[in-house]
Amino acid sequence: MLAKRIIPCLDVKDGRVVKGINFTGLSEVGDPVELGRKYALEGADELVYLDISATIEGRNTFAELVGRVADTVNIPFTVGGGIRSLDDAARLLDAGADKITVNSAAIARPELISEIASRYGRQFVVVAIDAKSGPDGVWHATTHGGSRQTDKELFAWAREAEERGAGEILFTSMDHDGTRNGYPCPVYAALSESIGIPVIASGGAGSVEDIAAVLTEGKADAALAASIFHYGQYTVAEVKRQLAASGIPVRL
Amino acid sequence: MIAIIDYDMGNLRSLENALGRLGAECLVTADPDVIRKAERVILPGVGHAGKAMENLEARNLPSLIRSLRQPVLGICVGMQVLCRDSEEAPGKPCIGIFDAHVKQFSPVPGRKVPHMGWNDLSNMEGKLMKSVAPHSFVYFVHSYYAGLCPDTVATCNYDGLPFSAALRYENFYGTQFHPEKSGDTGEQILKNFLSI
Repeated sequence: MLAKRIIPCLDVKDGRVVKGINFTGLSEVGDPVELGRKYALEGADELVYLDISATIEGRNTFAELVGRVADTVNIPFTVGGGIRSLDDAARLLDAGADKITVNSAAIARPELISEIASRYGRQFVVVAIDAKSGPDGVWHATTHGGSRQTDKELFAWAREAEERGAGEILFTSMDHDGTRNGYPCPVYAALSESIGIPVIASGGAGSVEDIAAVLTEGKADAALAASIFHYGQYTVAEVKRQLAASGIPVRL
Repeated sequence: MIAIIDYDMGNLRSLENALGRLGAECLVTADPDVIRKAERVILPGVGHAGKAMENLEARNLPSLIRSLRQPVLGICVGMQVLCRDSEEAPGKPCIGIFDAHVKQFSPVPGRKVPHMGWNDLSNMEGKLMKSVAPHSFVYFVHSYYAGLCPDTVATCNYDGLPFSAALRYENFYGTQFHPEKSGDTGEQILKNFLSI
């Protein structure tokens, strides 16, 4: 049986892992390679590294870091942050990344998805969508850490991304990210049913019950989380054991 | 020395690293002489099977691969092109070692394609799968699969559809999953390949 995946996410700024609340108020939590290795040993199914550096130096540090992660971990990992072209994606593939994630650049130029997918395959492309619900209850993709709303309606954009060659959708609710109040499960379930590729839920996990809910009611194929792991609230192994105890298929 | 065949079908760094961690010496190459003389050969591959066959043909490798007598391991698309033919490369034969036809997962509600993530193994046989406990999880990422056939040496079940997780014919082995990305279980399988 295909297991539901638990994916720790590491936000990396200038070579160090950080995690903020709603993408602001960043605090440093550790060395990316060491932390990734620790999560892999605890039973993480994949890792995601997002580069949030704002400088060229920071970006170069990140590419070097991707190489060190590939040398060290024996599970798949995805990298993202600032990928704007096929060349950016190629550099990270060569450094050893298994998948890349594109977000704002794909909104600005959706052809980017097709370009990367047709060169490296659908499995290599994760399209990340940071969405917010408007006053009318309609969800729209946002950019710039949730501060700018785009004209891309969540479901239509996810379907377009799939048609253009995305292998997975990583959907973060910017209304829930970093709050530890749980995921908007009905939105996840509707999204998962409207596309044929896997959905990764992100942003909002405060407890194992939240993760269990998004993997069952929310019909997500995987859950990505940062805070609950970084601050030692739970280990990856504890989360997976509790999920297994509630009947959710996981790899132990 | 292990020759990892380089035919421009994806990232080989993880595979080199995984073999390096097991103490194996490997060389990424498309040189026919190096491949012919290697103790073992690995044919990796992610992406499109039709493109993979094209790239192998452009390097004159299909007939060389067929003639190899040392242990050969095809991984993911590398395994698929060792089969008879593939729906992803319509109208042309693949290398034809394994007696399997590679088909596309048909989309059914609730069964996502690609089949992506960790799935468990059953019905394991032979040296490649030695010391791998039933229901061990390995990492898959694919939209096409080889059906069950006489060469199947491990099976996987995706939402009611059983397929070949591993194949073997004489000195040729293949895994649909990625042993280099499959944690400790994957390491055991690579170790088994190194001691065949």
